[in-house]
Order: sequence, then C-alpha cells, then structure tokens
Amino acid sequence: MTLSRDEVAHVAMLARLGLSDDEVDRLGAQLDAILRAISRLNEVDTSAVAETAQVGGLVNVWREDRPRPSISREQALANAPDSDDGHFRVGAIQE
Amino acid sequence: MSGSGLIGRTVVEMGAALRSGQVTAADLLDAAIAQRERVDARVHAFLARTDDLAREQARRADERIAREGEAAPPLCGIPVALKDVLCLEGVETTASSLIIRGFRPPYTGTAVQRLLDQGAVVVGKTNCDEFAMGSSNENSAYSPVGNPWDVERVPGGSSGGSAASVAAGVVPYSLGSDTGGSIRQPASLCGVVGFKPTYGRVSRYGLIAFASSLDQIGPFTQTVEDTALVYQAIAGHDPLDSTSAPTPVEDPLTGLRCGVEGMRLGVPREYFVDGLEPGVRAAVETAVEVLRSLGASVEPVSLPSTDAGLSTYYIIAPAECSSNLARFDGVRFGLREASPSLLQMYLRTRDAGFGAEVKRRIMLGTYALSSGYYDAYYRKAQKVRTVIHDEFERVFAQVDALVCPTSPTVAFTQGAREDPIAMYLCDVLTIPVNLAGLPGISVPCGFADGLPVGLQVIGPRFQDARVLRVAHAYEQAAGLARRSPLVAEAAA
Repeated sequence: MTLSRDEVAHVAMLARLGLSDDEVDRLGAQLDAILRAISRLNEVDTSAVAETAQVGGLVNVWREDRPRPSISREQALANAPDSDDGHFRVGAIQE
Repeated sequence: MSGSGLIGRTVVEMGAALRSGQVTAADLLDAAIAQRERVDARVHAFLARTDDLAREQARRADERIAREGEAAPPLCGIPVALKDVLCLEGVETTASSLIIRGFRPPYTGTAVQRLLDQGAVVVGKTNCDEFAMGSSNENSAYSPVGNPWDVERVPGGSSGGSAASVAAGVVPYSLGSDTGGSIRQPASLCGVVGFKPTYGRVSRYGLIAFASSLDQIGPFTQTVEDTALVYQAIAGHDPLDSTSAPTPVEDPLTGLRCGVEGMRLGVPREYFVDGLEPGVRAAVETAVEVLRSLGASVEPVSLPSTDAGLSTYYIIAPAECSSNLARFDGVRFGLREASPSLLQMYLRTRDAGFGAEVKRRIMLGTYALSSGYYDAYYRKAQKVRTVIHDEFERVFAQVDALVCPTSPTVAFTQGAREDPIAMYLCDVLTIPVNLAGLPGISVPCGFADGLPVGLQVIGPRFQDARVLRVAHAYEQAAGLARRSPLVAEAAA
C-alpha cells in the first residue's frame, strides 16, 4: 500500500497538524515504511480473540459524587498564552 | 562520610548516615549539586534545576530527622531527580517539548507527592525524549543526553536523563516512566537498576500522558533494595487515578532476601533473537547460570507472538498518544503561534511545537484510528494484544518468573539510528511487558565491549515483590555493579 499526498494531508488535518509540503512528503513515506514494517500483525490468527483495551482488570470504577477542593480560576489561567476577564481567550472561530 | 565521599552512595547508605548523624540532608544536597554541576555540561541529564526548593526541603528534612530519629521515613533527606513528564507544583515541566515550554503545573502528581511526604529533596527535572517517545533521548527538544559510561553514546530512552542522573552519581535514585521500555532500557544501557511496576500499581495522576493503557511510573536506583524502598513509597491505590489498583500492596522488603531456591524460572527463547548482540547474549546467559547455581530451576519457555509485540505497540501507543496529545492546542498552556483564526492557530501551534517523532506518532495513531482503517489497524492490534497477554498467562502457569535480556544491544553512538524503524527495534524485548501490564525490572549483569548489559526479570501481574526478589538474589550473588567513570572521577 502507498499513502497518497491527499490521504496524508487529510490525516494531518484530522490531527490538527499544519504540516509543510515537505513534511507531508517525508511523513507520508515514513508512515508507509512503518505500516509495512508492522504488517506482522496480520500473520497472527485473531479469528477467535476479543480485543484488549486495557489490562488493569478494573470495571466500572465509581466514587462518591462529592465536591472536593480544586485549583482556583487564577491558577487555571496562570499558564494560558492569553486570557481575559477570567477566561481563556482565543481568536475568531469563524473566518 | 562527606563531600565527594557521598557520591555514588545508595539510598540505604545515605539513610543510615543521616539517621546516625554522620551527615545532614544539607550535606547530601550540596554533594548532589556539586556532582550535577561537575558532570552535566557533558551529560545534559537535567532540565529545570530546583536548588532553592531543594535547600528548603533539606532544611525541613534535617529538622524531621532530628525530631523523629530512626522513625523518619527511609527517603527523608535523600536527593532525587524527576523525569520531566512528572508534575511538581510551580516547577517548570516541559516533557522535553517546546509546546509546553514554561509550563508550571498548578499541582503535584501523586507519586511525586508520596516522595515529598517522606521528606524527599528534589534536585531537578530530568531530560527525556519528547513526551517520552523514543529510545535514545535524542528526541528531546532541548538536548541529547550523554551516557555516563561514554558520553558520545546514548543513555537509552525515553527516561535517559533519569537513568544518567543515577549512573553519574548525582542522585541515588530518580523517577521515570515506562510505556514500552522507557525505564528498563535506559537502566540497561546506563548500568543501573530500573523497575516498571505492574500496571495500576503506581498512580499516574500528574504524569503527562503518552499512552494511558501502557504508561507506568517507576524508579531508577543503584541497588534492588533501594528500588524496593522507592517502590514501597510510591505504590498503592489513588482515587485520583481511576486505573489505579485497589488491591493492597505486598511489602516488597519482607521477602527480598528469601532467595530463588526452588523457584521456577523460564527463559523465553523468542527473546534471544537474531539482532541480539553476542556480548549481551553471553552476559545474560551467565546471569541465568548464576540464578541456577542459587537453586532456581531454569527451563526454556516459548512466547511465540513476541515479535508481533512491536507491531502491536506501534499501533496502540500512537493511537493513544494522538488522543492524549490533542490537549496541546495553544489555548490553556504552553506555546501559541498567533493567527487570526482558531483553526489556523491550532495548526501552526502544533506544527511549531511538536518535534519530528511526536508528529510521526500522532500521524500514525490518527491514521490507525481513522474511518476505514480502524478495524485493520487499531482493532487488529487490540486483538493481538490479547494473544500476547494470554501467552504470558500460559507461561506463568508453568514458571514463577521469566529471565531474559532487557535490550538487544549495549548503548549505541549518538546519531547512529536515524531510521525510525531501527530505533523502534530497541524496545522489542521490553514492549510485551507493557502490553500485558506486567512488572519488569532491569538489573545490571555485566559488560559487553566495556558497556553495561541488563538482565530483565518479568513476573505475573501484582507479583512485583517476586520480581524484586529474583533481581536481588542475582545482584547479591553477582556482586554490586561497577560504577560509571563519572562516579570514579568524583571520588578521585
């Protein structure tokens, strides 16, 4: 299989990575090579096997629905590149 | 004990000296800072240095030892370094990435807090591969790290700085994180002990997430006994991590000296692969014979899907990382590349802020999860993960623990592995342990071409104490590992 430039650009947009044309070419070739290298997956018979999403063995971890102390609004905003009046500030959502 | 005589001491030795009044926590901190400044222009193990904080912590530790004496906790007053993916309130935490340069966490993670509760003294944050993705520490956005045995060589990764900080004698222990071998492989390459506990044993709260179903925090030390002490401090249930195991933690120190007589050890034949360097094979085979001579029965076992582990990991880990790293969007913390629209800001910030390996994994993971490919890649990988997990279960019905190499090679030269796939092969012998959630340790077992080799011991889930016991028995019989030239240099 070979990924087309359009496919690579599509995946980059899904991942919100604004790649340059050079990066699209380079990453496309690398992804191709990696996907070929991991084709060993297809040699394992999994016809009678269920998926494993996690190996912690826990199901339905509950806790009391009780408030506990949290960080302040000032602390939450302290690392923000831009904030205004107690909120995170970003640019226009529509062009 | 004073000055350079404090370099290269173990946690146990430092603790005894503190409690007997031979040294103070302030002395230990001075020695750690002096050694850090002596070596770090060559090793580059440290990012943020936390000397002011450390002096305050040392002062309080000395007060506590004066007050509590022998009852003071084992880590009280002892210097530690923390991998830069572990949040410590108010101290810059970058994950070795440009995208959160300058980030100061508003809280401290649980494992780190448990060290602080014992009176630990933090001398800094350690360099690593960006977001813990890599096997050589060359993916750090700030600097590669030199191996204390030969600074032209890599320390392994991703917790390269944490391994190097212990191997160079700056600190007697450090914390790292292990997603596919990121504690055990650098421990092997740097000639120190590195332990990845059972998944769920140590809370991940406050660990910057890479692949949440695989990540686990663990220690680097010079001895297995020190590892047991640190493990005991950080392990245990935490309501702030819903994947944290509620089962009680077995005391890792009680059985540590029980030896391996009568124990059944398995040697998985698939771990002695074609790419295994002859010197590594020889050192590990000698170590297995030592365990046999101590009374363990040693038998060959088979884990047939071992080589599929790498392929499974390189779908599952990137898939989880592509999701976890979505949070780095230039809104709440870190870098923002200014742009008139929100979408352009996301695109530019993430392009500018992430390094090449991180982008590669985000792309790979996004692709594997995307519509039309999910079944062929992600679902398939999850099924193979089950196969690998079940093979371990079957083997652990026959044997008590597995012994094998940690890394197929010794430390390689910086820049020698530019091809991503060649780099991924570094973790072929450590990855299956993460996929199955098992405890695994790397303990030094000699040298090949003058560079350290690690013996890996793997146990069933929640048999962390058994893994430590096997490693300790080997270490005691083999004699403690030689220290790196940077430790010898300080003593000279």
